Amino acid sequence: MMMEQTNGQPGKVLEVNDLRTFFYTKKGVVKAVDGVSFDVDRGEIVGLVGESGCGKSITSLSIMRLVPQPAGRIVSGRILFNGEDLQLKSEEDMRRLRGDRLSMILQDPMVSMNQILTVGYQLGEVFRYHDKTGNTLREKCIRILEKVKVPSPERRIDDYPFQFSGGMCQRVLISMGIANNPDLLIADEPTTALDVTIRAQILHLMREICKESGTSIILITHDLATVAQICTRVIVMYAGRIVEQAPVKAFYKTPCHPYTVCLIKSVPVLGRRTERLFSIGGTPPNLLHPPQGCRFEPRCSQALEICRSQYPPEKEIAAGHRVSCWLYGQD
Amino acid sequence: MFIRLWSLLRGKTKNKKQTDQAWAGRIKMPYFGLACLALFFLMVLFAEFLAPLDPLQGDLLKASLPPFWMDGGSWHNILGTDMLGRDVLSRLIYGARSSLIISVGCVAFYATIGVIIGLISGYVGGRIDMIIMRIADLWLSVPGIILLFVLASINGPSARTLILTFGIMGWPYTARIVRGETLSLKQRDFVKLAKVAGCSNLRIMFSHILPNIVNTLIILVTIDIGGIIVYTATMSFLGLGTQPPSCDWGLMLAEGKQYITYAWWLVTFPGIAIVIAVLGFNLTGDWIRELLDPKQKLQ
Repeated sequence: MMMEQTNGQPGKVLEVNDLRTFFYTKKGVVKAVDGVSFDVDRGEIVGLVGESGCGKSITSLSIMRLVPQPAGRIVSGRILFNGEDLQLKSEEDMRRLRGDRLSMILQDPMVSMNQILTVGYQLGEVFRYHDKTGNTLREKCIRILEKVKVPSPERRIDDYPFQFSGGMCQRVLISMGIANNPDLLIADEPTTALDVTIRAQILHLMREICKESGTSIILITHDLATVAQICTRVIVMYAGRIVEQAPVKAFYKTPCHPYTVCLIKSVPVLGRRTERLFSIGGTPPNLLHPPQGCRFEPRCSQALEICRSQYPPEKEIAAGHRVSCWLYGQD
Repeated sequence: MFIRLWSLLRGKTKNKKQTDQAWAGRIKMPYFGLACLALFFLMVLFAEFLAPLDPLQGDLLKASLPPFWMDGGSWHNILGTDMLGRDVLSRLIYGARSSLIISVGCVAFYATIGVIIGLISGYVGGRIDMIIMRIADLWLSVPGIILLFVLASINGPSARTLILTFGIMGWPYTARIVRGETLSLKQRDFVKLAKVAGCSNLRIMFSHILPNIVNTLIILVTIDIGGIIVYTATMSFLGLGTQPPSCDWGLMLAEGKQYITYAWWLVTFPGIAIVIAVLGFNLTGDWIRELLDPKQKLQ
C-alpha cells in the first residue's frame, strides 16, 4: 500500500502526541488518559504495560477512535497514523481504515463475539468492506482460520462462538485482526484467556505475522513474561500517563522509574523462594482527582518534596530510554 | 434466521445435520398449539372445500336451528344456523380468513415500523432517541378506538380501515421493546468487534443487533397476533370492522349476542374459534423461540 507522508516522521506507523481522553461523568471529569505521547516504528512490537485502569485500553480505543460515547471524549492531542491525522478523518474514512490498515484484537474473546451469528459470518465482516482478492468470502475465511491453526476450519466456520473454546475464540479474533495485513495491530491482552501452552503458540504466531507482513503491534498486557518474549520496546503507563519507555533489555536490566522497579520486583521468579511476593503498597489514585504532582508519589518510597507539587518532565537517559521522574534530574 | 429455521425444519442443514436434528428433537413440539394453528390455516386455505354450505346463502325456513346433537338439529347444519338461516360452521370456516388477514396485516404493518424506529432510536441514542421516544409517548396517548371512529367515519368501516388504524397506532409498543433491547445490546462487546472490523452502523444495526432481538420479536409478534384477533373481533362486534354480510368471528359474536338466551351456539362457536386461533399462535410462538435459540443446543 502506498503511503502519503503528509507530515510526521518517515518509518513511523503511529505517532501519538499529548493525547488526552477524558470521561465526563456525573461525579466529575475522569482523566483516563492525560497527556500520553509515544510512537511506533514500522514492524516493531511495542508492549504497553500497567495496572488495571491505568488507561491502556482507553489509549488504544482513542487510536481506533472508538472511545465510548457520549461520556468519553478525546480532549486534545494528535494521533498520526501513517502520517495522517486520525482526528481530522471523517467517520466514514475511519470505518474504512478499521479492520484494514488499522486493526485491533479485543480482550475477552468469549464475550466479544456475537453468540447467535456463526464464526464465519463475523469473520467475513473484515473482508466484506476491504476486498482484495477474488476469492469468495468463505474461502478467505477458511484460509485465514488455517493461518491461525484452527483445526478443520471448513467445518468449524459454520459453528457458533459458544461451540468454540476460549483459545479457539481468541484465535478467531486474532485472525480478524490480521486478516488484511494491517499496518498497525493493537492487541488488547490477546493471551489473557489462554493457558500457557497456547499462549506461547499465539505469541509465536503474532511474531511470525509481524515479520511476514511488516505489521507493527501494540501489545497491551499485564504479563511481563509475555513482554519479554516478543516485544522490542516497552511503554509503562501509570494512572493515565506514561512513566517510562525503554527498549526491552533496558527495561529489565536498568528500570529507572520507581514504579517500573516495583513492577518488575513483583513478578514471581522460579526457583527463588521468598516469604511473600513483593507488592506495591497502596492503590492507584482516583482519576477523578489525581495527585497534583507525580501520580505515583503517594505510593513511592523515594518520593522527593518536588514530586508532590509538580509532574516530572520526560527525560531521555539513554538511547530510546525515557523516564518521567524527578529522581533523574530536576532541570 | 428464518432460513435457518426453514432448513432446520426440513432437516437439511449442512454439516451439522445430526446435531441439529437431535437438538430440534429434544425440544418438545407443542402438538396442541400446532394442531390449533394447523386447523386455523386449513380453514384459511381451503375454506371453499371445507365449508359444507354457502356461508352467505340464508334459508329463512331453517333459521336458528340448533347443533346436530340437540333436538331439532340435523347433520345438514352441523353447528346449527343463525337467525337468517345461514350455516354457522360454514361461516366460521370462512371467518378464519378475515381474522388472519386483519391480524397478520396489522402486526406486520406496525412491527416493521416499530423495529426500524426502535433500532434507530436505541442505537443512535442521545437527542434523536429522546425525540423519538417522546413522539412514541404522544402516540400512545391517542386512544386507538377514537382514531378508528374518525377513520371509519371518513372511509367507512372496513377491514382495511381496521388494519390501517392498528398499523399506525401499534408501532410505539414494538419500538419501545426493540429500543430497550438495542440499548443493552449496543453496550455488548460484539458491537465493538463489528466496529473494529469496519462495519457500518447500518450493518451493525440490522445484521448484528437485529438477530439478537428476533427471539423477543417472535414472541411479541405471535402474542400480538393473538391479541389483535381478539381486538378485531371486538371492533367488528362494535360494528367498526368487517361489515355484514361478510363472515367474521367478531361480527358473528355481535350478531349472535341479542339471541344469546335461546340460541347459545351463535356466540359460543365463534368464541371457541377465537380461543383456538389465539392459543395456537401463542404456543407455537413459544416453541419457535426455543428452537431459534442456538444456546439450547448445549443443554
